[in-house]
Amino acid sequence: MDALLELLKKNARESDATLAKLLGISEQEVRARIAAYEEEGVIRGYQALLNTDRLDTCGVKAVIELRVRPEREGGFDRVAARIGKFPQVESMYLMSGAYDLLLIVKGASLQEVANFVSARLAPLDGVLSTSTHFMLKTYKDQGVLMESESHDDRLQVCP
Amino acid sequence: MTTDSKSAPDFVAPHVRGLPKSGIRDFFDIVVGRKDVISLGIGEPDFQTPWHIRERTIEAVERGATRYTSNLGTPELRQALAAYMRDSFHAEYDWQHEILVTVGVSEAFDLAMRAVLSPGDEVLYHEPCFVAYAPLIRMAHGVPVAVETFRRDDFRPTVEELKKKVTPRTRVLLLSFPNNPTGATLDRADTEALADFAIRHNLLVVSDEVYSELTYEGGRHSMAAIPRLRDRLIFLNGFSKAWSMTGFRLGYACAPAPLTDAMMKIHQFGMMCASSISQTAGLEALRHGDDAIAEMRDAYHLRRNFVVASLNEMGLDCFMPRGAFYVFPSIQSTGLSSKEFALRLLNECNVACVPGEAFGACGEGFLRCAYATGMTQLKEAMERMGKFVSALVH
Repeated sequence: MDALLELLKKNARESDATLAKLLGISEQEVRARIAAYEEEGVIRGYQALLNTDRLDTCGVKAVIELRVRPEREGGFDRVAARIGKFPQVESMYLMSGAYDLLLIVKGASLQEVANFVSARLAPLDGVLSTSTHFMLKTYKDQGVLMESESHDDRLQVCP
Repeated sequence: MTTDSKSAPDFVAPHVRGLPKSGIRDFFDIVVGRKDVISLGIGEPDFQTPWHIRERTIEAVERGATRYTSNLGTPELRQALAAYMRDSFHAEYDWQHEILVTVGVSEAFDLAMRAVLSPGDEVLYHEPCFVAYAPLIRMAHGVPVAVETFRRDDFRPTVEELKKKVTPRTRVLLLSFPNNPTGATLDRADTEALADFAIRHNLLVVSDEVYSELTYEGGRHSMAAIPRLRDRLIFLNGFSKAWSMTGFRLGYACAPAPLTDAMMKIHQFGMMCASSISQTAGLEALRHGDDAIAEMRDAYHLRRNFVVASLNEMGLDCFMPRGAFYVFPSIQSTGLSSKEFALRLLNECNVACVPGEAFGACGEGFLRCAYATGMTQLKEAMERMGKFVSALVH
C-alpha cells in the first residue's frame, strides 16, 4: 500500500504538514494525492476509532451470519445492496464457507437487534437463514488494542 | 590499627578510579525523575519486542530450556548466524569455530579488546562515537586514539585523518557504522579505502555493525563483505536494535578461528555463556523476524524524514543520516555550546537531547536527537525546539 495511505490508516488526523515531512514531499502534493484518492473512491471516509465499551450508552453489536439464495443475474449483489441500506447494518462482507453474508449490526438493546433480525432481515426474499451472535467485549479493532500494552517504561538514561 | 590502614575507596584500582563516567549518564542524572520531559536521549528502540519472539521465549521457558549452553552459544543459533552472514554479506563463517554468541555487543567488544591488546597498544577509533569504546579499550590496558570525523564528510572517517594518527604501536582500527550518534553510514568506496588502510598498516579491524539492519538508503556496506579483510576482521553485531531486544542482552562476534578462540577463552571464564532463553529468542528472530524488522525500519525511516525536515526548517543544519535512529544537528548558529543548548532546552522546554561533546570533543557544536520515540512525542518535541530556537536567534 502507498505510504501515504498507511499513514492515514494509522492516524487520519495527521496534518498535511507532518505528512509532507514524513514522506519528504510538499504539502501541495499531499493534498493533491489525498484528493485523488477521495475522487477515485479509495478513501471512503474518516472516522474516529472508539472503544465503545468505555461509553455509558454504547448499545449492543451482533455478528449475523446469513445464508442467501443467489440470483441468476447478479449473484449476491442485489440482496446485499438491499441489506446494506439498513442503517442498523454497520459492516457487511461476502464470505466463503458455511454461510454467505456476514453482517455486523448495531442496536440500542438485545431486543432491538433481535427484532431487526426477525422482522426485517429474515423475511427478506432470498434470505434462507440467519444466525445471530452478540458481541460481549472488544479487545482489538482495526489493528488497535483497546487496552494499551504498556506505557513507555524505558530508562530515561541509557547506556 | 596502623596509619596506612586502607578504607573502601583505596581498594579501587587507580586505572578504574580515573575512568570518567559516561557523559550521557552525567547529563541524564538531571533528567531522571522529572515529569513532562520528552526524552530524545534514549538510545533504545521504542517498539515492543515483536510478539512472535516473545511468544517463543515463553515457550522456551515452559519447555525448560533454562540450562547452560555451549560456551560459544547453541549450535542452532550459530548455524542461523552463519546463514545470516552469508545471506547478508556473502561472508562465510564456520559456525563451529568462527562465531561466538555474547551478552550483547558490549561484551563482544570488551572480549575483542581484551583478547588482542597488550598494554600500550593503540586503537584508532573515530569520534563522535558510542561512549563505551574508549573506556573499554582503557580497561583492556590499550590506548584509545581518537580520529575526528567532520560534518563536511558526513561524519565518515577519511584515510587522510587516519594517517595522521597511525603509529607503529597501532594494533586495531575500530569502526562503528551505521553510527551512533551521527547516523552516518559507509558506502562501498569507504569500506574499500578503510580496508586498504588497515592492510597497509597491518591492523586488525573491529567493526561494530549493530545498527546495520537500520539502514534506510544507499545499501548496507559491511566490512565483512570485503574478502581480503577476512583474516584481520572481528565483526560484531547483535539483536538489540534490529529486533528491539535490548533487555535480552544478545550479541555475537564473527572472526577467524584463532581470534574467536581467544575471545571464547575469556568469555567461558567470565560469562560461561549467553542466556539460554535469549538465545532461543534470537533464533526465532533470525528465522522469522524479517517482517518485523521491515516494519520497524519503515517507521524509523519516516520519522527520520520528519525530524530532519523539522530541524532544518527551524534553522538547525542537519545532514540526512542514512542509518541508525539518531540525527546530529549542528546548533552552532545559536551561538550556544552543546551543553548550554541541551541544558537550556531541558530546563526551558522540557526536551532532553544529548550534547554532542558527550561522544567526543569534535561533537561540540552538535546535538544528538534519537527518533526512537513515538510520533506524538516527536511532533511535540520538534514544536518545542522550534520555539526555543526561534526565541534564541531573534
